[in-house]
Amino acid sequence: MKAAVVVFPGSNCDRDLAVAFRAAGAEVEMVWHKDTELPAGVDIVGVPGGFSFGDYLRCGAIAANSPICRAVKAHAERGGYVLGICNGFQVLTETGMLPGALLRNAGLKYICKTVGLKVETSQSVYTEGYNAGDVVDIPIAHHDGNYFADDATIDRLKGEDRVAFTYTDNPNGSLSDIAGILSDNRRVLGMMPHPERAADSGHGGTDGQALFRAVTAQLTTA
Amino acid sequence: MKATVHVMLKTGVLDPQGEAVRHALGALGFDGVEGVRQGKVIELDLADGTSEADVNAMCEKLLANTVIESYRVDLA
Repeated sequence: MKAAVVVFPGSNCDRDLAVAFRAAGAEVEMVWHKDTELPAGVDIVGVPGGFSFGDYLRCGAIAANSPICRAVKAHAERGGYVLGICNGFQVLTETGMLPGALLRNAGLKYICKTVGLKVETSQSVYTEGYNAGDVVDIPIAHHDGNYFADDATIDRLKGEDRVAFTYTDNPNGSLSDIAGILSDNRRVLGMMPHPERAADSGHGGTDGQALFRAVTAQLTTA
Repeated sequence: MKATVHVMLKTGVLDPQGEAVRHALGALGFDGVEGVRQGKVIELDLADGTSEADVNAMCEKLLANTVIESYRVDLA
């Protein structure tokens, strides 16, 4: 299974994400924002956390229009897998690959702490290593993680079982406590919490390991 | 020619920054500030002949996120 991790100017979780994929058994290649295509044979693209382009204009807005993002979007449109974490989730909403937007946290503060996440569905390659209803401990680190979408979109996400994770104690004002969502084909996941920061015993928690192991195992046998 | 683009959060989208500014104005003794909405203004220097449709396209594709924001273009 081959993963590509995108690096934008200002990305700061790119190497952590690569380490988490490798630890799960994936082969990983880093790709630069100016690259116009993905390496051959990529199964999944990781869009990492950080502050791409200094969060100028809106978080993720400039990155979403970078050359590599056109290739990532084409990959998703071909049925490829994409995992966007934190700033990566913001980038995916800005490209339109996932619905909604991430607003400034309701309490206005940057929040960096481990939170409880409820796994809402195990029906995806990302979450099938968990059971629906499991509560896992995963860190968040964001200023703009307040998920917003119109009522019809929220209803559709819930109705189609596309809410992957919710917060057990909503830290940022996200509608319906939403922490992560899936695309309509369930192959694109965007989430604000950082599973790659809970993927090694040295991190102080390993609840994120199951995500990387599940996706690597699934895409290896596929 | 110049264009000025005003970008605001849509009505109904919570603006916690505007709300914080409202509280700060109240703390300064300015009574009667019933609401504050914070947006941004983007000034564009454009080649003569750039159409309003072009500027609207810039807003739709980049300057505003129409999921959460509305925009207004003033050409001068």
